[in-house]
Amino acid sequence: MQLTLWTYEGPPHVGAMRIATAMEDVHYVLHAPQGDTYADLLFTMIERLQKRPPVTYTTFQARDLGGDTAELFKTAAREAFERFSPKAMLVGASCTAELIQDDPGGLCKALNLPVPVVALELPSYQRKENWGASETFYQLVRNLALPADQIEKTQSSKPRCNILGPAALGFRHRDDLTEIRKLLTDMGVEINVVAPLSATPADLARLADAQFNVVLYPEIANLSAQWLQRQFGQAFTKTIPIGTTATRNFVREVAQLAGLDPEVALSKAESRAAWYARSVDSTYLTNKRVFVFGDATHAVAAAKVAAEEMGFTVVGIGTYSREFAREVREAAKLYGVEALISDDYLEIEARIAELNPELVLGTQMERHIAKRLGVPCAVISAPVHVQDFPARYSPQMGFEGANVLFDTWVHPLMMGLEEHLIGMFRGDSEFHEDAAPSHLGGGVHVQTAQAASAVATFASTSTSASASTPVPEQINAPALNQGASQTNASILIAAWDAGAEKELKKIPFFVRGKARRNTEKYAIERGVTLITTETLYESKAYYSQS
Amino acid sequence: MSVVSFPVPVTTAGGCSDAPVLRERGQHEVFCVLTGIIWLHRKIQDAFFLVVGSRTCAHLIQSAAGVMIFAEPRFATAIIDERDLAGLSDANTELDRVVNQLLARRPEIKLLFLVGSCPSEVIKLDLSRAASRLSAQHASNVRVLNYSGSGIETTFTQGEDACLASMVPVLPTADVNAAQELLVVGTLADVVEDQFLRIFHQMGIERVRFFPPRRADDQVAIGPGTRLLLAQPFLADTAKALQARGASLLPAPFPLGIEGTTAWLQSAATAFGVAKERFDAAVAAPTARATASLSRAKLHLEGKSIFFFPDSQLEIPLARFLSRELGMKLLEVGTPYLHRQHMAMELAMLPEGTFLSEGQHVEKQLDRCRALHPDMVVCGLGLANPLESEGMTTKWAIELVFTPIQGFDQAGDLAELFTRPLVRRMRLAA
Repeated sequence: MQLTLWTYEGPPHVGAMRIATAMEDVHYVLHAPQGDTYADLLFTMIERLQKRPPVTYTTFQARDLGGDTAELFKTAAREAFERFSPKAMLVGASCTAELIQDDPGGLCKALNLPVPVVALELPSYQRKENWGASETFYQLVRNLALPADQIEKTQSSKPRCNILGPAALGFRHRDDLTEIRKLLTDMGVEINVVAPLSATPADLARLADAQFNVVLYPEIANLSAQWLQRQFGQAFTKTIPIGTTATRNFVREVAQLAGLDPEVALSKAESRAAWYARSVDSTYLTNKRVFVFGDATHAVAAAKVAAEEMGFTVVGIGTYSREFAREVREAAKLYGVEALISDDYLEIEARIAELNPELVLGTQMERHIAKRLGVPCAVISAPVHVQDFPARYSPQMGFEGANVLFDTWVHPLMMGLEEHLIGMFRGDSEFHEDAAPSHLGGGVHVQTAQAASAVATFASTSTSASASTPVPEQINAPALNQGASQTNASILIAAWDAGAEKELKKIPFFVRGKARRNTEKYAIERGVTLITTETLYESKAYYSQS
Repeated sequence: MSVVSFPVPVTTAGGCSDAPVLRERGQHEVFCVLTGIIWLHRKIQDAFFLVVGSRTCAHLIQSAAGVMIFAEPRFATAIIDERDLAGLSDANTELDRVVNQLLARRPEIKLLFLVGSCPSEVIKLDLSRAASRLSAQHASNVRVLNYSGSGIETTFTQGEDACLASMVPVLPTADVNAAQELLVVGTLADVVEDQFLRIFHQMGIERVRFFPPRRADDQVAIGPGTRLLLAQPFLADTAKALQARGASLLPAPFPLGIEGTTAWLQSAATAFGVAKERFDAAVAAPTARATASLSRAKLHLEGKSIFFFPDSQLEIPLARFLSRELGMKLLEVGTPYLHRQHMAMELAMLPEGTFLSEGQHVEKQLDRCRALHPDMVVCGLGLANPLESEGMTTKWAIELVFTPIQGFDQAGDLAELFTRPLVRRMRLAA
């Protein structure tokens, strides 16, 4: 059992629903108990779709368990076929139905439906949503894509590609697709099929009528792209066009696969973000300490943009996508940090508290953590909530995507002038060091240094009554990680004298935690038991040199 | 003394008391009862809800609640994994570990609910034994209770019923000679509780308690002197458990609208021997206010037709209010579950010939709904936007559980929940 406050991914059948709902003329019959229809809301409310997801649930109840749940499934499948006349059907089980083992695939075969029926094996207690989406898409492609000699090839002088990956409930998939489609079309590349979003089973049948594949979201489409490569010899793109540099690299990669000259396309490329980041107003962004977490694709891309295009310092990177852990570990090496591969919300919370970043780039879940710690936060990856399915055009990919990223990430940070003035003058009743940035409407920061210092001090508070820093009651997350940090328990932490404590308060809140940590580390290493104002400045001088 | 006669002169020429009910089986487009956690965790401020279930359960709750940004949520899921299923790890040891981890993080929690789910029911994990074991372990700080939140057993608001029922056995027993006490059962908004309390006091009913309480240690004693007034229609098991401990149930309709609220209060007044003048004096001013606010809403709603998909068991009282006080036409009133005894007075007040359905076959029900093309459809969020895009006006049902709607001073707000979608449609079309 795993204690889960928040889960980064849903169960795998939700991934399957994302594929079914993205496509046209596909229906999914899901063996599931009453109540699992909540998943419809993800699509009708969070993504605000105007149609019901093409999913029929058997909604079995307790009294059915004694009876024939298999018959219930067959009835539901037959009725769904008659009512919706899909061109292909998906059948599968949710977590509870998996336990009762009715074998939806076999049952459906017995019905002899006149359309392809794809039986999904999605192990709910091992795998999760993205895996479910990837597997479902793969099974559909495998079952429906026809070999090149069985389809009518388009006669065209232009290179052709498929775009793979965009799905329902994907973070900005709608606008990423628009942006990339335009980019490719402007380059002179024809789009054969976009899938799964808005594709029909007939579209999947003619996937082979393209020279190569553009994979936008490896979490969903890599498996299928690999199969298409083996089967039809279609190469696929590896660059994720998030950020200006990555988009330019993506253009080069596509040009190479398509046999085009990339320079034509690149000469027309326009990115305001690159200029915005160079403009002097952005100088104060240099070395802002940022923690990045999300699905592997977005986390790796965001870290790269943060470091190379925004001038931030990446102090931590992680992902919940275990399937792509290798890619994230590779990326972490670039920044000299250790990758955090985990879907345990509490572990991520503890890491953020420990690193004390000035900005968190993460998911909806990191917004909870950032609120608790009082750290600015921007969302870069699913899971997301309704506000991240916006009405306005807001891609993450391509050149417009880079513009969106710049605005979104800088917004939660305190603006330059305010940051300077708060560093100079304290005790202002309105603009004080514990106030949230005024362009966000002000309010009080929960955080402050104590949050971060709790990490350093908690292990010792139990053993050392002399620790003068009271650990606020609400900050006890690290207690969950006791095992990991227990090694410090025997070390007495240096106490702060009143003067030093007061001096520390003069450091703006967003770097105060780091200053506190550095000073304590400095003191411990030198056997100093009482931190004075002098120690604080000695430590500052020491760390600014190194 | 356990039978209290119903004194309110409701004139009903039969109503729907014996009306036939369409019972359907098929796809149910309803929430499972875990959803109850979303409001219960806010009501009982020092309680924590730990679901023992699958990733689906965790996903359900966070999809419903996660739009709020929590510094400290008061619910979580212990996700069962393959090791638990294969019997490789002892589920009870695992559960103890998770609970200890949780309580270390949240020392201020006083009441912990272990909430069962479909997977935990199917694999027959005995959470009630786990609850008593953990209760003993943490005796001085935390009480641990358990209830089933599984969708294979129950629907949406029945989660509150199961939760409250699980609290009943540990309530203290009142003195045999204790004075009569009124116990209002069912989650109400704080503001509504306060209003009811004022009215009861004005009538001279001094001893009034609410259940669930706002804090876990605020334990009400139960005994033969306890008079139960149900504020919510979905509390069958809770009522039964309280009655089993000697409390007696005051039969009443539910306090929605002027008529419902008056009859509901009257039921208590009769049981406590409140004089007619005093009752009239206590309800006169709020009744007048409510009448005024309803007359405005009536301009929009009178003559409009309405169709209820099943959701919360609030459908029948709502339909009664909308038809009798606002003049709406009832096309179909669907309910996930019909408790005839608790609903008796409500049914008697429904217009004769109202089409009632219990359970659901969502596709067939959608067919009926489309054929009738009602002016307003009350349905869940899975159906609301799709129906709007078909040109229907919908009122999403869950909001009725999250909004203060009971009592006189909320009658106008309740009506407004139904006028708002109509007004909006007119306004955006203009």
